[in-house]
Amino acid sequence: MTTYENVIRVENLSKVYQMGEIEVHALRGVSFSVHPGEVLAIMGPSGSGKSTLMNMIGCLDIPTDGDYYLESELVSSLNDNELALVRNQKIGFVFQKFNLLPRATALANVELPLRYAGITNERSKMAQGALEAVGLGDRIQHQPNELSGGQQQRVAIARALVNNPAIILADEPTGNLDSTSGDEIKNLLLDLNHNNGTTLIIVTHDPEVAQIAERVIHLRDGMIESEEVRA
Amino acid sequence: MNFFLNLKEAIQSLNSNKLRSLLTLLGVVIGVASVIALLSIGESAGDSITGEIESIGTNVIYILKGNDEEDVSNPEDLTLRDVEALNSSARTSKIAYVAPVVSGASELSFSDVGVETSISGVTPDYQFVQNLTMAEGEFITESQVEGRSAVVILGPQIAETLLGRSSGVVGQTVRIGGYPYRVVGVTEAKGGSAFNNPDNNVYIPISTAQTRLPRSGSSNAVQYILVSVAQAEDADEAINQITTVLRSTHRIPPRNPDDFSILNQQDFLAVAASITNVLTIFLGGIGAISLLVGGIGIMNIMLVSVTERTREIGLRKALGARKIDILTQFLTESVLLSMIGGILGIALGWGISLIVSRIAIQSGTMLNINVTLNSVLLATLFSAAVGIFFGYYPANRAASLAPVEALRYE
Repeated sequence: MTTYENVIRVENLSKVYQMGEIEVHALRGVSFSVHPGEVLAIMGPSGSGKSTLMNMIGCLDIPTDGDYYLESELVSSLNDNELALVRNQKIGFVFQKFNLLPRATALANVELPLRYAGITNERSKMAQGALEAVGLGDRIQHQPNELSGGQQQRVAIARALVNNPAIILADEPTGNLDSTSGDEIKNLLLDLNHNNGTTLIIVTHDPEVAQIAERVIHLRDGMIESEEVRA
Repeated sequence: MNFFLNLKEAIQSLNSNKLRSLLTLLGVVIGVASVIALLSIGESAGDSITGEIESIGTNVIYILKGNDEEDVSNPEDLTLRDVEALNSSARTSKIAYVAPVVSGASELSFSDVGVETSISGVTPDYQFVQNLTMAEGEFITESQVEGRSAVVILGPQIAETLLGRSSGVVGQTVRIGGYPYRVVGVTEAKGGSAFNNPDNNVYIPISTAQTRLPRSGSSNAVQYILVSVAQAEDADEAINQITTVLRSTHRIPPRNPDDFSILNQQDFLAVAASITNVLTIFLGGIGAISLLVGGIGIMNIMLVSVTERTREIGLRKALGARKIDILTQFLTESVLLSMIGGILGIALGWGISLIVSRIAIQSGTMLNINVTLNSVLLATLFSAAVGIFFGYYPANRAASLAPVEALRYE
């Protein structure tokens, strides 16, 4: 695996939405970098632009202006299919609402990114390995409605890491969980970061979640308000 | 992307909403079934009409008064003089037999049973032109024609209707227009439909018909003349011969058009073919409309499905699905729906055709319905095309969703 000085480098990123006649400036020139293996939290009140920033980092949307380098590749200028490939190979998503396919087994859910990657032979083995890594080795044939919220989020985390991505992007990962399950998920994410060196970016408005981060970026009105680095 | 996984996922997805999938399927099933059934009924109706025309025989030529293709005023009647002229030229030409027919409607009765029917006045040669064989008795003889005898030949079906039996009726007396006629023969059953059924015909000597049947025209006029040739290939030569003879008997100047028409089986077949083609297109069109409605049903349901699964589409895109992956996923579902509908529809259409054919046979019409490979292929391809055509718009809509928007969708 190639090592980069910065896994993410964002320069002067801005995003303008056209809402009818009105232009909404969701991001106004945001710049920061993320080191490989870092745990970063992005915080801010609603409307601060953190969702927009997360969409940019996740390659779900393209910026109006500015450059975004992911593992030294300029991804802000890629087309739809290239972006799909970047999402598939380099980014693992963990959502607040888990977003599992309801009628598919845990295994099939985790296999999904591998299918879009075109992996056929090793697919099932890799997915099983990822589920074992999140402690669900005995639940691979269960459907989401047969699993608890915490377990569902574990399946989602297994799905995020199965392609061995450069970053895991977690959007309020504990938002729909009780505190016990939430703590388990936080610890699981930290373990993955320690053991695999996966860069972890957590978008949250919950200070308790942000506590696990080495660095917190506070956004307000589409700009970085402050940055705090923890020990 | 793996084809079988796609298929499995499509089946799962259709399975998760069984009732909806079944109802959508029903639209396609009915559409395909009606295409199959209507096309095969249309085709077999055409076949049965063509078959009846062919049963006239390829070597029979019809001569009729008048000419539809040219503007001829006051066409001359066809007369026995024309027949004589044709007969005398027959020795040197390809003409085998010439049979003039004088026909008119009259009441045929026996004791208290009476039917209004068409009576044909014919000569002995008529039997050879039409290839009639006798079940009992003899056909009209030359001496009966000369003597204007009051004798009648019955088709087996009309004999059944009138006398209650079709054998042992020779010697019975029936009445035509009130006059008594002695039955001298019954023809062999040939089969046929209402369109042209020789089993329902009634024949009397042509001379008797000329004096007794109510009709218009000069006393020695005939309605039409049948001419047979020995070989079907000789028909064209015979037609030229007939034209020459009739033009001279009718004294038609060289540049003027014929005042008679000569038709052979090919002409009738051509007319029938154009009629049955229209029939088949018409029936197929009705079927196609119901298939179209079924297709719109698929589109409708797929659009609902895309809207319902917007979040799922967003998720798949976030996990790296390309536009083509989503497009394939939804197209697989709609094509699967339409293909299953197509297969069930072919089976149902086949069943309907069989039932219709049974009913037709029971009611005495020979309608031999075959589901042709053509109509099956057509229906299969058409239903797959319906799936792709009506599935493409919803699938493309799904594939074009922006991942951010789709993920945010509630």
